[in-house]
Amino acid sequence: MRYLFAGIFFGFVLIKSEVVSWFRIQEMFRFDAIHMYGVLGSAIIVGALSLWLINRLNIGDKDGNSMSLESKDNSLNKRYVYGGLIFGLGWALTGACPGPLYVLSGSGLLIMLVPLMSAIAGAWVYGYLRPKLPH
Amino acid sequence: MIDLLTQPWPWYVAGPLIGLMLPLLLFLGNKTFGVSSSFRHVCSATIPAGLEYFNYNWKESRWNLWFVLGMIIGGFLGGFVFDNPEPIQLAAQTQQELAVLGISDFDGMIPNDLFNWSNLLSLQGLIVMIAGGFLVGFGARYAGGCTSGHAITGMASFQKASIISTVGFFIGGLIVTYLLLPVILNL
Repeated sequence: MRYLFAGIFFGFVLIKSEVVSWFRIQEMFRFDAIHMYGVLGSAIIVGALSLWLINRLNIGDKDGNSMSLESKDNSLNKRYVYGGLIFGLGWALTGACPGPLYVLSGSGLLIMLVPLMSAIAGAWVYGYLRPKLPH
Repeated sequence: MIDLLTQPWPWYVAGPLIGLMLPLLLFLGNKTFGVSSSFRHVCSATIPAGLEYFNYNWKESRWNLWFVLGMIIGGFLGGFVFDNPEPIQLAAQTQQELAVLGISDFDGMIPNDLFNWSNLLSLQGLIVMIAGGFLVGFGARYAGGCTSGHAITGMASFQKASIISTVGFFIGGLIVTYLLLPVILNL
């Protein structure tokens, strides 16, 4: 239940910052404004500072357990190159990454349920082809 | 107060709030911030089809599904209940370049010229909505993360995988913006 509220907060911020907008994504890829780079850059900096503080001060979670991020598999390369490129193509076409697909659908733009369903289908096909794909 | 909820927030307010999702989710129960894994859980819960990739206990990741359900509600609150009636303050240069490509309606979050039900089954609609969405889901799972998991979480923790992926995101996006969109928007 607490994650539901975290999601509501996150969804609200995404729409208020307009990063869910196809127009803003175009503005970013055309390097015409600081907006998207400011959002992403400051999010990364605040995220990195938070992680540093958590480690430095050895802060525990709300139940006192130690906290750590799940690490990506940094021994692989190909999946990040190919997957990253494919994701980038989709990101610029739909003007939305996975979070915004949920948020826009919720905002009443029901047409965005189409790319959302299509994205879930894409994840399924990845699961199907996974044994044959280079990682 | 109502103004604060309806007006768009500048990047230096929104960006840090997004960054705080990382420690917030860690604090709430040692969860790693990321959205696209929800696609995998949905597949695993509905049509796993005996595939190895979907053969795990998705219920252990239920938090992620609650999280994206919350995002839908957040979108409803921010984009419907407290909707900003004004068009986005888009850079003039972007607006001009898109107008040349045939975008005429700059109201709202998405171009209504492209994203509408009657355009869905045209070649243009198929490419932008169906193929575009498909590539988002396929690519995010292939790369093991999307903007939240790689570009924010992974970059904030200086992981090589995420740096490669994020560069890939941008190269893919630039290919679409400069090479494909001029063709697609003329269809």
